[in-house]
Amino acid sequence: MTLELFIQYLFAGITYGSIYAIVAIGFNIIYNTTGIINFAQGEFVMLGGMISISLLPVLGLPLAIVAAVVITMIFGALLEICFIRWLVNPGVLRMIIITIGLSILTREAALHIWGESIHSLPYFVGNEITSVTIAGARISPQVLWVVGACGCMVIILSIFFQTTSVGRDMRACAANRTAATLCGINTRNMVTLSFMLSAGIGALAGCVVSPITSTAYDNGTGLAIKGFTVAILGGLGNSMAAVGAGLLLGIIEAFSVHIIPLAFQDAIAISLLLLILFIRPHGLFGSRSAGLKEF
Amino acid sequence: MLKIRNLESGYGKLRVLKHISMHIKHGEIVAIIGANGAGKTTLLSTIAGLIKAQSGEIVFADRDLGTVTPHQLPHLGCVMVPEGRQVFAPLTVEENLILGGRCRARDGAAATASRLEHQYELFPVLRQRRHQYAGTLSGGEQQMLAMGRALMAQPSLIMLDEPSTGLAPLIVQEIFKVIAAMRDEGKTVLLVEQNAKAALTIADRGYVLETGKVILQGAATDLLANRDVQRAYLGREKIE
Repeated sequence: MTLELFIQYLFAGITYGSIYAIVAIGFNIIYNTTGIINFAQGEFVMLGGMISISLLPVLGLPLAIVAAVVITMIFGALLEICFIRWLVNPGVLRMIIITIGLSILTREAALHIWGESIHSLPYFVGNEITSVTIAGARISPQVLWVVGACGCMVIILSIFFQTTSVGRDMRACAANRTAATLCGINTRNMVTLSFMLSAGIGALAGCVVSPITSTAYDNGTGLAIKGFTVAILGGLGNSMAAVGAGLLLGIIEAFSVHIIPLAFQDAIAISLLLLILFIRPHGLFGSRSAGLKEF
Repeated sequence: MLKIRNLESGYGKLRVLKHISMHIKHGEIVAIIGANGAGKTTLLSTIAGLIKAQSGEIVFADRDLGTVTPHQLPHLGCVMVPEGRQVFAPLTVEENLILGGRCRARDGAAATASRLEHQYELFPVLRQRRHQYAGTLSGGEQQMLAMGRALMAQPSLIMLDEPSTGLAPLIVQEIFKVIAAMRDEGKTVLLVEQNAKAALTIADRGYVLETGKVILQGAATDLLANRDVQRAYLGREKIE
């Protein structure tokens, strides 16, 4: 393999990997405050892309993306308020099944609104054939947008969780919900907030990646599976580990094309998921006590 | 300060508390003692709103707690230190304390800092460990942290659930000293304990709970001298 090819694969892997990481972080934020896996997470990514594409002619690219993120956040909040919040002592399994139902509902609604065809945002800079050359490999500037946006989101999220008082409240809620209530934290609002955050980062990821991967109504399912694999791989609830695991899965997938046919690419994530669940159910970076304790 | 009338509470169809009535006056330490399963923790959880009362009423500072959601309670001046400490393990000691004081955050950063300082004076070990994760503390330190966290809310009533469980006798002594000091600061304390002797020694009054009913109540000194209490909870049988 030449160096150029190597770097080409590497960047492709990092691009997909950062999207997986963002989806996995979305899983983790909600898992931490509620203990559930929100299987509608992939739909947030799809919605972000779709809404921005619809708003593009009206608002222009930057505003369309902002509006798409805001609308998806509101959608996330509404999902939680309408379907999760009013449940009295809901079981984890029951909530997970609800999110699976919601993801199907969202997907079908998207099919009716946007149809079966594939849409995509224009490239932010230049077009499909614009490229920058890095060490001999030709990389689309959009790749840098994706990596940059995802990197910024990770940094902003960690600053938010570590330094702001709302972030501290959310961490407290994740660590011990009863004690958080006793400290005067409205844990239900924290759950709504976690749905909004997850929806927001998912939507933004959906926007920046749309020019490369295109957006279709059924994009969400695949992303949810990949993101879930990454979340488990990193250790459920550990967002920083999700970044590492996401990049790892993305890079493995990208390089696999060199060895096995492209059609098997999706099988890699699933095999990895099975493998990790058998061998290290607490994830690569997770401690044994964390992860999947609620199941 | 706190009045409980005909309280009934439990889990689902199981009724744990049966017609409990009690009151706590301002500035006193009231101990609730009883064996395992007597309903002590259920009682505290019901007052804190974690369990919804099935009937009866709880009035705190002239307010019916039946309509108050549990996260509003610290804002009213009533906090609970739950059984088993329940500190935020992945957060630092200081973050734990700040979270305890979040319901008084409106007073400003300076007020929070001075309260933080006050807790560090009360529990010097917490100052040494301030940047450590709470989960790395020993049991006794975690209990102190849980109490410090509760005190950060500047409560008028503080409810402690089994603060001595699983701690070495020396640490228990220290904890009880702090509880007595809380009263001297003008706080009201509701203390639930299995360690009846230690609890009644510092308390002003006490209630004895058995299978969800109050079977005895009175001044702590009377309860300490009571033959039945001695036999059942102090592990001592005098033969005269």
